[in-house]
Amino acid sequence: MSEALLLNAIQLGLVFAVLSLGEYITVNIMDSPDLTVDGSFVTGAAVCAMMTVAGMPNLGLLLSMVAGAICGCITAFLQTKMKIQPLLAGILTMTALYSINLRIMQGTPTVNLYIAGKPAPTILSNASIRIYVLLAIVAVIIFLLSLFFKTNLGLMLRASGDNETMVRSSSINVDHMKFIGLGLSNALVALSGALLAQYQNFADLQGGTGMLVLGLAGIIIGEAIFRPKHVGTGLAAAAIGAVLYRILYTFALRLGFAAGDMNLVSSVLVALTISIPAVQKYVRGWKENKARKAALASSKKGGQSHA
Amino acid sequence: MLELNDVSVIFNEGTVLEKKALDHVSIRIEPGQFVTILGSNGAGKSTFFNVITGFAKAKTGSVVLDGVDITEMPEHVRSRSIGRLFQDPKQGTAPHLSVEENMGLACSSGRGPFAIAVRKKEEEEFRKMLERLDMGLETRLKTPIGLLSGGQRQAVALLMAVTNTPKILLLDEHTAALDPISAKKILQVTNEVIEQNNITALMITHNLRDALENGNRLLIFQDGKITHDFNKEQKEKLTLEDLIHCYDV
Repeated sequence: MSEALLLNAIQLGLVFAVLSLGEYITVNIMDSPDLTVDGSFVTGAAVCAMMTVAGMPNLGLLLSMVAGAICGCITAFLQTKMKIQPLLAGILTMTALYSINLRIMQGTPTVNLYIAGKPAPTILSNASIRIYVLLAIVAVIIFLLSLFFKTNLGLMLRASGDNETMVRSSSINVDHMKFIGLGLSNALVALSGALLAQYQNFADLQGGTGMLVLGLAGIIIGEAIFRPKHVGTGLAAAAIGAVLYRILYTFALRLGFAAGDMNLVSSVLVALTISIPAVQKYVRGWKENKARKAALASSKKGGQSHA
Repeated sequence: MLELNDVSVIFNEGTVLEKKALDHVSIRIEPGQFVTILGSNGAGKSTFFNVITGFAKAKTGSVVLDGVDITEMPEHVRSRSIGRLFQDPKQGTAPHLSVEENMGLACSSGRGPFAIAVRKKEEEEFRKMLERLDMGLETRLKTPIGLLSGGQRQAVALLMAVTNTPKILLLDEHTAALDPISAKKILQVTNEVIEQNNITALMITHNLRDALENGNRLLIFQDGKITHDFNKEQKEKLTLEDLIHCYDV
């Protein structure tokens, strides 16, 4: 793989590291994967694209996070106040967001980030420092999140994902925690979408499909390799996992997979990794049974020879 | 002081499964009392606790804690003045959080939401609290609490329940799931904590001896009613025999 290709993969990996960090909050901290992601990712891209085209790229990044946070809060509202199952609540928001995103993009399925025929200037425009900008963004997010999870509020959020019964009988309002967690998570997911739009110089209405699983892949690879024990290391592992996955992805494309195959690759990878413990258990059970039967057979033989 | 005035709780009202879990119960618990509670399964003991914490809704009557009517107060709001410990040690602590983080969670009120929960100062404080338990927990502050034994977890949960000196402490068979030695230890710690902080406490138990040997008042529940109420003097004269007779009324 050429150096330029690898650099590209790392940069894209860092963009998706933001996605994995956002999902880390719902998947690992709150213990409830959130399907809003496939919608809010595009919302972030759409908001940022429109703002960038209007000449305000940095405000666009900020507003995309606000928009993402609102998406998360809508899902939280459906979950807590309307008592809709978490997965269904996410699907409802995601589906509704498709229409909203199309509205934000003023009815067109793609928005090019060009002003007067030239790529719009953004923080990612300068190719020579792009990777440092992305590294800085990811590092700052990891630092702030790991600090946050040590605060009183952060501990409450972690506890409510860890032992909801305990938290319900304590003075913590579990519903508020869902708003905070889903809001924060989707703000980051939307930021990831926004960064991708600025990186690629276009926003795609369909770009959200498979994003939940893609983010998961980063988290899972990070966990498998680093086996983190604390939240801080867990976040760092998820970010590194996302970058590694993107490098793997680039390899797969070189091997002849079509870009359209990659959702299948992501899903299979996530499913395989999660099922490893179960498979190990089957294999162990099968081996033990075999050993037991062999022992039984040999003891029978032994008994006969004695007789 | 805790006061229940004519409180009823009914499950599945209007169906064949209708059950009066609490049937017009009235009682006053004075400050500093340590009340042990007995009663067979389904007698209404746990519902009695649940109606105090707000987990169960009172159909009639009112619950008053220190002069404030808390009958309609949401659960998480009244939790600030109520400490509660469950039978299952897993229920009282968050397994993936470390010992010190769990304890930090319990005493987080006061400082802002964005304050770091466990600083050096808190760590020292928690270490001292754990040293007093004499269970070797002071060296395991950073250990995820899910890795501790049931007795150790329950001990930390007990400390957590009394950190902010609750107006009332509810102990729901909190030693029932522990081995005899751990159970004895936790009961001893419970008595110490209650005495040192002068906490008003209610303890449900199925162990008649524990009910006799601890506390200074004893209640017996049956079919959603309080059938016996022994004060300190009466309780001191009670024997195990007497208690068994109370059950088959």
